Amino acid sequence: MILDKKLSVSASPHDHSKDTVTRIMLDVVIALVPSLIAAVFLFGPQTLIVSAVSVGTCVVAEYFSRIVMKRHQTVGDLSAVVTGLLIAFNVPTSMPLWMVMLGDVFAIVVVKQMFGGIGMNFVNPALATRIMLIASFPTKMAEWNAPFTWKNEVMTTASPLAEIKNIYRSGAISNASFEGKDLPSLLDMFLGKRAGSLGEVCAIALIIGLIYLLARKVIKITIPLAYVGSFAVIMFIAGGFNLTFLAYHILSGGLLLGAIFMATDYTTSPINFKGQIIFGVGCGVITALIRLFGNLPEGVSFAIILMNILVPHIEHLTTPKPFGTVKEKKVKEAKE
Amino acid sequence: MSFKRPEGVLKAVKQVRGGVHVSHHKNTAELPVVRINPPQKIVLPMQQHIGAPCEPVVKVGDIVSVGQVVGDTDKFVSAPIHSSVSGKVVAVGDVNLPSGVVTKGVTIESDGEMRQYEGIKPPVVETREDFVKAVRESGLVGLGGAGFPTHVKLAFPKEKNIDTLVINAAECEPYITVDYRECLENSKNIISGIQLMQKWLEIPNVIIAIEDNKPQAFKALQDIAGEFKVKDNVKLMTLKSVYPQGAEKMMVQSATGRRVPPGKLPADVGCLVMNVASAAFIGRYMRTGRPLVSRSMTVDGSAIKEPKNVRVPIGTSISEIIEFCGGFKEEPEKILSGGPMMGMAVFSTDVPMIKSNNAILAFAKGDAELKKERDCIRCGRCAQACPMSLMPTLIERYAKIGDVERLNKIGINVCMECGSCAYSCPAGKPLVQYMRLAKSVVREAAKK
Ligand code: SF4
Ligand code: SF4
Repeated sequence: MILDKKLSVSASPHDHSKDTVTRIMLDVVIALVPSLIAAVFLFGPQTLIVSAVSVGTCVVAEYFSRIVMKRHQTVGDLSAVVTGLLIAFNVPTSMPLWMVMLGDVFAIVVVKQMFGGIGMNFVNPALATRIMLIASFPTKMAEWNAPFTWKNEVMTTASPLAEIKNIYRSGAISNASFEGKDLPSLLDMFLGKRAGSLGEVCAIALIIGLIYLLARKVIKITIPLAYVGSFAVIMFIAGGFNLTFLAYHILSGGLLLGAIFMATDYTTSPINFKGQIIFGVGCGVITALIRLFGNLPEGVSFAIILMNILVPHIEHLTTPKPFGTVKEKKVKEAKE
Repeated sequence: MSFKRPEGVLKAVKQVRGGVHVSHHKNTAELPVVRINPPQKIVLPMQQHIGAPCEPVVKVGDIVSVGQVVGDTDKFVSAPIHSSVSGKVVAVGDVNLPSGVVTKGVTIESDGEMRQYEGIKPPVVETREDFVKAVRESGLVGLGGAGFPTHVKLAFPKEKNIDTLVINAAECEPYITVDYRECLENSKNIISGIQLMQKWLEIPNVIIAIEDNKPQAFKALQDIAGEFKVKDNVKLMTLKSVYPQGAEKMMVQSATGRRVPPGKLPADVGCLVMNVASAAFIGRYMRTGRPLVSRSMTVDGSAIKEPKNVRVPIGTSISEIIEFCGGFKEEPEKILSGGPMMGMAVFSTDVPMIKSNNAILAFAKGDAELKKERDCIRCGRCAQACPMSLMPTLIERYAKIGDVERLNKIGINVCMECGSCAYSCPAGKPLVQYMRLAKSVVREAAKK
């Protein structure tokens, strides 16, 4: 019995895991959903509009830039959806929609596609966009909506982060320093009842997202832990070992959103364990320094972007030696 | 699956890094090995092993019998080839290997009698050299899939101080169950093979390493060890079932904690690794003198009607083997010689199976589909899976731009093409192909 049919021939292996790029991106989207739901509760239906517009713009921008560049279509991998959601999460709910759309186009076309598309951009598109928006529209990017008003009403009060900065600058910190200040309680901070960007405020929702990503093995805990851990150590020391101060710092600004969803972006973070530790610690240290000594409102975006730029170097330094390579030191010792 | 380590069985000394958890598909595990009907015709390629090809020593019209040498060479790294049927040589000339490579070969038409060659008698072994020579004459090559002539491995110089013989029964490739069957059905030969190697090669310690998803194999070997009064320097060991546990360097590390440096062999760290079926063959050969003329193989896959473990005369055509297993139940899209991780897709079923061939797997459409290749997202899964600590995604990039210096620095040549990286890649990258490309880039550069 000879088969006349053409058999397909390909290189080994002939079996593959079920992971696909699309499935991974879908998992990230799913992990962002709790934060989106929390945002709707906190800031009202406008959050949905901002998110939808942002996602839509990113997807369309991805689609057309691939066509214009005559490259194979990648819109189906859902990475543009992730970018769109993250950009929405990084702006205040009251942000004018055209500004959001401008940011989306910038992220997809300039930061991502001009460098070759998925896997090739060297900084995180959503963060680059956040920085671009802060530079272009500083006031709009700092007009926070008050939670549970559900109107596009802007809070006049300073963000919690600015308030803690004042406390830090006003001298020695004790639990009394926090009394009578215009700060939400720590529980409110945890639940997200505070001023901030759309998706960064609700710590518990972000942590649920993290647990999902870990359970699905989309990311490892290495970078978030190294980031938040190193940040916490510095803040704990700087705050004179005051736990309240530390807790406010961890829960305010975009630290958790950044550590969980942006610093772990595959494309712009190192692949190896050692590299991930260096990267995470670098993010933590820079964020802490900016928050303690800098004049910028928030350090997370800058810290991650700076470390993004260093990734090729980190990678170079931490490339593992192939299996069985004997360490030079040991060779010397053996000779002696 | 939870697994309780039987008493007296060792735990792996050091678990290897990386690897992948493949689905095992050991569907044929409980099927005893059955003998295939003698084939009417066999084709014996002169290159069934790594090393120098043999030259035919018979000519058209010669009458040969089972076990008679039909191809040999005086090169050291090679192994003679014996007829697996009795009958008449009908052709000597170019034949296809399963890979599509053309080599010299001998075609023999069987007379159906399977007459044994008169010259077959148990080898007389008095020295270590006799032992190695006998193994060479048996035609044995690594039966685990690599096909490296066994006697070359055994002929290590004394100053290598080999102190541990590792018997590899990991069988980490999905589907394949012949090594497992060997443990159950042939435990006596395994033990006698081991004892002979210990005796003639003066290797004090033996570790028989089996993945922990095969509890019955432990039991069979433990029972027989008791019967044979095996000394307690022969130990059983469980290994985690993770692919590629059975790769030589992985094996050495799991069993002894020693790491084989890049470009070195297990012998350089005092180990000899041998596949369990090869060990069993040595046991039987030293008793009977019957050379390697047949072997067990697993026939399975979604397109095969009756999956089986079969004992097949070397040189039988793949189509005949499949026919013996009921033929196809669905139109096959892809047929593999070997396992799904490292096996090779054959272009036709009209090719002979060879000594190193431990499985034939046929898959229907849908089970053979590849993922569409997309851009790398730098997820790191390939690097995490690589047991050799390589960074396949970077290697791909360096290979494409021809960066030889970086390829060397990253250590491309330790890649054993196990396929763990490509298996785990969500972007469907044919990384093994890129690893081969990288190696050829480095090779070309070295020539200049
Ligand atoms: S790079 Fe080579 S050794 Fe590493 S996983 Fe891929 S095929 Fe295996
Ligand atoms: S597994 Fe595939 S997608 Fe992930 S880093 Fe490696 S090559 Fe890139």
